[in-house]
Parts: sequence; structure tokens; C-alpha cells
Amino acid sequence: MRDVFPRRRAFAFAASLRAMAAAGALALAGAGGAVAESRSWDDIRAAARGQTVYWNAWAGDPRTNAFIAEVGQETARLYGVDIEHVRLRDTAEAVTRVLSERAAGRDAGGSVDLIWINGPNFLSMKEQGLLFGPFVEALPNARYLDLSPGAPATLDFTVPVEGMESPWRLARFVFMHDSARVSAPPESMAAFVDWAAANPGRMTHPDPANFMGATFLKQALLELAPDLPALLAPVTDAAFDAATAPLWDWYDALRPNLWRGGRAFPENESVQQQLLADGEVDIAMAFDPAAAAAGIARGTLPESVRVFVPRGGTIGNMSFVAIPYNAASPEAAMVVANHLLAPQTQARMQDIEVLGAFSVLDPSRLDAAGREAFAALPQAPALPRLEDLGPTLPEPHPSWMTRLTEEWARRHTR
Amino acid sequence: MTRTLPIGAGGLRLLAWTVLAGGILLPIAAGLWQTARAALGVMPAIGADAPGWDAAARLLALPGLGRSVAVTLFTGAASTLLALVLAAAVAALWHERLRGRAAARWLAPYLAAPHAALAIGLAFLLAPSGWIARALAPLAGWERPPDIASVNDPAGLALILGLVIKEMPFLLLVMLSALGQLPVARHLALGRSLGYGRGAVWLRVILPQVWPLVRLPVMVVLAYGLSVVDMALILGPSNPPTLSVLLLRLFTAPDTAALLPASAGALLQLALVLAAFGVLLVLERLARSAGRAWLARGWRGQAGEALLRLATGLALTLFVLGAVALVSLGLWSVAWRWPWPALLPTGWTTAFWAAPGSGLWRALADTAILAAGSTVLALALAVAWLEGEDRAGRPGPGRRGAGWAEVAIYLPLLLPQIAFLFGLNVLFLRMGLSGGHVAVIWAHALFVFPYVMIALSQPWRALDPRLARAAAALGAGPWRRLWAVKLPALAMPLSVAAAIGLAVSVSQYLPTLFMGAGRIATLTTEAVTLSSGADRRITAVWASLQAVLPWLAYGAALMLPGLMRRGRGRA
Repeated sequence: MRDVFPRRRAFAFAASLRAMAAAGALALAGAGGAVAESRSWDDIRAAARGQTVYWNAWAGDPRTNAFIAEVGQETARLYGVDIEHVRLRDTAEAVTRVLSERAAGRDAGGSVDLIWINGPNFLSMKEQGLLFGPFVEALPNARYLDLSPGAPATLDFTVPVEGMESPWRLARFVFMHDSARVSAPPESMAAFVDWAAANPGRMTHPDPANFMGATFLKQALLELAPDLPALLAPVTDAAFDAATAPLWDWYDALRPNLWRGGRAFPENESVQQQLLADGEVDIAMAFDPAAAAAGIARGTLPESVRVFVPRGGTIGNMSFVAIPYNAASPEAAMVVANHLLAPQTQARMQDIEVLGAFSVLDPSRLDAAGREAFAALPQAPALPRLEDLGPTLPEPHPSWMTRLTEEWARRHTR
Repeated sequence: MTRTLPIGAGGLRLLAWTVLAGGILLPIAAGLWQTARAALGVMPAIGADAPGWDAAARLLALPGLGRSVAVTLFTGAASTLLALVLAAAVAALWHERLRGRAAARWLAPYLAAPHAALAIGLAFLLAPSGWIARALAPLAGWERPPDIASVNDPAGLALILGLVIKEMPFLLLVMLSALGQLPVARHLALGRSLGYGRGAVWLRVILPQVWPLVRLPVMVVLAYGLSVVDMALILGPSNPPTLSVLLLRLFTAPDTAALLPASAGALLQLALVLAAFGVLLVLERLARSAGRAWLARGWRGQAGEALLRLATGLALTLFVLGAVALVSLGLWSVAWRWPWPALLPTGWTTAFWAAPGSGLWRALADTAILAAGSTVLALALAVAWLEGEDRAGRPGPGRRGAGWAEVAIYLPLLLPQIAFLFGLNVLFLRMGLSGGHVAVIWAHALFVFPYVMIALSQPWRALDPRLARAAAALGAGPWRRLWAVKLPALAMPLSVAAAIGLAVSVSQYLPTLFMGAGRIATLTTEAVTLSSGADRRITAVWASLQAVLPWLAYGAALMLPGLMRRGRGRA
């Protein structure tokens, strides 16, 4: 049941009393209210002018934070749209926030306008009807994207995007090693077992409760699982047991030789990179092929750090931005999403001296000016070429990640 | 010839009680109620409306919950006990030297340093690749950092160390102030004349008298140790973490259904704290009866002196560790590269102070606004409370123990924050109050007010009543007496209380996170967020600034009253 009171501040208190009285009836307000954006872009731009976008984004990477700040200056200059970066420790905080707002009956004027999102958080919000849209087709710069069926920009961890989130950066899982200490890094996931046995305590992975730790397990799962297509469908008990049996054998062989005997794990990949810089481990991982070059440029990693990937290729996915159903400034949020897709913005983002995140645009759809912007980007010794990275492997269905982390916790948290 | 104004005896007291009930007790009760509802499976927003034990069952099925509870109890109890014993030892050995201003000056940097900043510094100091290990490396022949768990260790020892360094100075200050009310020198002289060692006199005569005066602060420290979030995130075990960190993970999990077991966990957290209080009171009873028998045996305790010195030495070591941790923060904030095993940075830069990433100045402004707002609010309430007490008839400076009112004031410090803040946030959202400065100022004031009361009530009650009486005899009404006589006479305690209030506000993490809806970023929330990032140098800039702010407040508090007095003298 929807609240019939106008959602203005003046009525907020009355609405809250009502909400408290009818708490039971509030269930699932706003669910399934997806309506395609049908206004013209000029109307949207006009409405956006003067609005502020509260962009909820993970803030663990200073370069990304600086880039978001720079984007905010650009959108303010070009479109009169200010960006406030709401710094998150974990993207799920923003999901919880929108959810608490729906709990409180605040179905408009919400505190979150834009979320940097993908995977399970997207699935969670989409399933619960917490998203605004579809809106991607309404963005003029979407013409530079490959949106043909099955293209990477249309699937988020195998979940159809359906215009409910707009891509902004490409992520590829890569490993990093300190070449001053490690001359021959492992060439496959299976080879990590021997490497760790020869170098006990010199590698680890982030806690699988964290995205990067889970990705490490998924990467191994993709190489070790007997039946790849099963991973792209929602998980079942039988499929899980069959697919993960080799994985747990592999992990049981690997774990005793991990850092701290495989009993403690860094909280996330940033902490792990700090361990690499401190010399506590020799291998780290990132979801960004430019992470090593970026870390060196900033002085957070030794100059001898290089990227490597297993021969079979690594998991890749796109990062998206989504707009909550109750966003206070959905128009301005769309303007920001569109600006993020502009070839100039994407080329600047890919610049190793700025952010070094790979572009989501389809090179074949760029015009001459766009191609030129990308051609002019500088190179760095620790920056791999696209062809060094091997094939891009698909993300398993999100339900696999949840099961994988739960099962890992069951086995290894005592 | 006291004139009784309409807002005399009862009025102020009534006002203070109303604010206390409406501003503290009621919201906490409502927050607990919301949490309890969710724990029992009722949270309409996520479609949960069937009451039952499902959430509790899901909580209990979490891997590692048992160990998480065990490590929580261990770290909370051990840190409280250690802090208490060490503080008592230092007080016993040095209370003469630490009278009045000396203690405040010496302890202020530790009291003011926010938990998160200290933890970030300690994490570097203690890490296998940290400062201590680097100093030992040439001696131990470590080419690479040793693979030992010296931070985030499974038993929580690093967390205990951090908590003790932060809580021991607080307990010491509370103890010294309690000692100020006792004839310690006479007790000691008498004890010595009967052949008792100093340790024995302290243990048997003085501590039993101090204990009732410090029981409440000890309970505050215990509750804090059992439910701390920011320090546990940085120094605590990770797999499984302490209960509060486990709950924070659940509260922020992508799967919204996790909010239900998280709420059940918040109640479990509450139960742990209450059980710990229960154990404390039982121990107190036991000690009382066992103590009598022990007294009768007449042990002279000359050997106690050595133990006292040992404990004091340990306490001093911890003080030094804390100071070195903060120094390492300062060094990291101006380092470019500081790789293993260098003892000092190999490259220097001030770039991170000049451009520490976006949002620093805003966070600084927000931190200052929240601190100023909550401190002014808490000070006003505290003055109203104490003045109301005066007008209702002074209960006397020797008042012992904690009345119900006092427990009510301390309630926010005695309950785990996570138990009521989530529910409170849901409530605030319904009232459209969440995410604004007002909501966060109020939430900070919940925790600032009790500390302001701790700092202010004793000097206020000890103020010579003849001052006010003389003013009354000269015809000054109650308001004039307050403004022109009492407040100026209490300028020093007032400004110290304000500094403590500012420091408490600056260090708040969970209240800012929950009530600010993520829109209000303070130096603390940002420093904790950055502490899980890859750039220790930027983290160090934020954490240093976070520590400097309360230090400035303390510095001002120690200097201002003197300046004011000088100004008055000239006028």
C-alpha cells in the first residue's frame, strides 16, 4: 500500500506517525514500480540544472575519489550539476540506506541519488524493486556502447541489466607480484599450490567476505570446475557440490602455506596491497589491470611490482552506476551517468596518470575525436597491454558467489 | 533573603529531567524496541512480518559465532581488568605527584587522542613489518618481515593493548579525582605506623573506599571494551572478528535479510554487556566477604611494593607505546616511501597535507560543527542539571554512589551503541530527521553529556557554597549568582569539560555512520574508511588531524581560564 500524503518535508512528521501506525501495511511499498524514462534529453537536462547528486561510491581508492571529484567539477561547469561523493566502506551500505528509507516510508526525496554498483548488490536492489529506470537508453552517450544481446555491458554477473544501471568502468581481475622477489609467478591457478609450498607464508588472498577474496575463489572455480556452463545458471545444491569439489581440494592444499598459516586474511585488496608494499607478502590481486602502474606512480607500491594473469585468462566485468527508486535528483543522476560515458571522460579515466581504469566504450563505435583521445594516452612499464591479459572470463551467476563465501566461511571460520 | 523565582527549585530540575527523559531515555527505549522487533523477525520494510525465532536461529548458525562471542568477552574483560589494575598501580605509586593540574596535563594527550587515530598508529607500530619489527630486524636477522600475527591476531591481544592504552588514562584520571576526596596521606601514615607496606594499605584501606566512586566509570570502560567497533576493525581479529564487527558486517551486507539476524546479534551484544555487569557485581560481593577474612589475617604486604613498581613500569611502557604510535602517524603523513626495513621514510613529501584528497576541509568543518553543537548542548544540559540540584537543595559534596538519575545519565555509555542505534535510525528516518546535522549532533550529545557530567559534577558540587551565599546576601538573584559568580568561578572545570566533550564527539564513529545516513563525513568516519585502503600516508594525514583537533581543544581549555582571569584583572 502506498502512502497517499504528499511527500514534502512539512508532512514528514504526519507521514511518520501514519507509517508507525500502519507499519505492517508498508511492506514492499515501491516494489515493482519500474517505469521506463520517456522524457526528452533536453527536458531531463533542464530539470537537472541546479540539482546535487549524492553519489554513493566505495572510497577505498584515493585515485577514484580524486576522479569522482574531478567529474563533479566538470558536471558543475557543463550542466550545473554538483556531485557530493558519499564515501562508502562497502557498497552494501548504500543498499541498506535505501532500504531503511523505504522502511520509513520515504519513497521520494531519498538521500541516495547514484550508486557505484555491480553484482550481488545490483541483483539485490533489482529484485526488491529499489531501482529507478530503465534509463540507459535515454542517455545520448549510450550510442558508444555495445548493447547488443549478450554484450558485457548488458549483463552484470550474468544478471540482465535491462537498462537499470549504466556502465562506467571496465574491471579485469589481475595478479601482481614484486618482480624483485619473485622471478616466475604461477602460470595457472593450479600452480599456486606448488608456488605457495615453495614460498610458505608469502601469499594470501583477501577475506572471501570481501568482493576481491570471493573473486579469487571464483577465478579458481572457473579454472577447476568440470562443467563451466553450470556456473552461469543460478546455483543448485547438486551443481554446487559437483562444481566445487575440485576447488576445495585445491584450497585445502594451498591454505596451510598461505600468510599466517591461512588462519587470518587481509580485509580487502587494499590491505593486501599494503602487505605487498611492506614486504609481508609477494603476491597481491586487483580488479584493475592498471593497479600496479597506478600504485607505483603514487608511491604506494615498489617500482618492481608487475602484473600477471593465469594463461587461461581472468574474470572481467563492468562497474555500473544505478539510481535508487526514491532518488531526490534522478535527472541530475542521469546527467552524471551520461557524462561518465562521454569519450573524453572515458579516455581521461583510462589515462594511467589520472585513474588508469579501462574504458567501457566499444572502440568501433567511436568517432574520430574519440579515437584520437584514446590514442594519445601515455604508457607505463607496469601497465600491461590489452593483449597480455588473455581472454576475459565471464562472472558466474551471483548466487554462486554467495554460496561460495558461505561455504568457505563454514569450512574455515571456527 | 533568597528570592524564589518561578523557575527556581523545581523548574530547572524539571526541565533537565524532561530533556533527560525525552532526549535520552525515550529514544534509547524506542531504538531498543525497534531492534528487538527486527530480532524477532518483524521488519515490514524487507517484507518480514512473521514473528518467530528464525532470526535468532540464523544468527546462531553463523560460522564462528561462538568464537566471536568468546573473543569479544575475552578482549572486553581483559582490557578492562588490565586498565583498572595498571591505573590503580600508577595512582598508588604516584598520586602525590599527579595532583591537580599535573595529571590533567600529562593525561590530556591520551584522553584526547581519538580511538581510531591511536589504533591506526598502533597497527603500524605492531605489524610484522612495523616499526618495532624493523628495529628488531638487524638483531633477529629478519630479511623479510616475520610471518607472525602481531596485529589482527585471533585472540585479540593487539586489540586489548589498544584498548588498555586508551582506557587506562581515563580510569587513572577518574581514580585521582576520587582520591582527592579521601584523606589518603593520613591512611598511609597510619598504615605505615602499624607496619603495613604501601601496597597493602592501598589494597585494603584505600581501594575499598575508591571503588564505589569509580565503579560506574569501570562499567563504562567494560561496556565500551565489549562493544567497540572502530578499534576492533583496525586492530582486532578478522576471522572471525569480534561480535560488534561481525554485526556491522551483517548490518551492511548486500543481502537485506541479514538485517534480522544482525538485530538478534545486537540483542546478544546487549546481553553480553549486562552479563558482564552481573559478573562484576558478583565479584564485588565476593571480594567484600573474602576481603574481610583477608584483612583479619594481618598480612603486612611489604612485597606488594615490588608488584606495584612492576605494574607501574608496565603502565609507563604502554604510555610510551601510545606516544610512539602517534608519532609514527605523524611521520607517515609526511612520508613518500617508507619501505621495509627502513627505520625512517626514504622519501619525504608534504603533498598529502597540501592535497589530502577531496573532502578534507568539509570533513573538518563537519567534525567541528558536530563537536561544537553537541558540546554546547551537553554543557547547557549539565549546567541546568547541576544548578537545578543546587536550587533543590544541595545534596552535599560528599555524596556517594549512583542514584537512578546518575544511571540514567550514563545509560548511553553503558549500553552497546549497536543495540539501539540501528533501531533509532529507522525511527529517525520515519520522522524525516535522519541524515541531518541536527540528528547527528543529538546522537553525539548522548555520549558527550555523560562525560561532561563526569568532568563537571565533582568540581561543581565542591564549589564553596559561601560564594553563592555571599552573593545572595548582596542581593543577587539565582540567575545573577549563576552567571556572575558560579560560572566564572568554575571557568576551569567548565572549559575542561568542554574539551572532553569535544574530544568525545570527534571520536564518535558508529553514531555518525548510522545517524548521518553516510551524508555526514567526519575526520573519524573518513579515517576509519581510509584505514582499510592502500595508502597509509593519506590515512595518516586524516588520523593526525583527527588527533590534533581535540589536542587543540585541551590546550585551549588549559590556557583560556588563565587568560580570562588576566583580562578581568586588567578591567
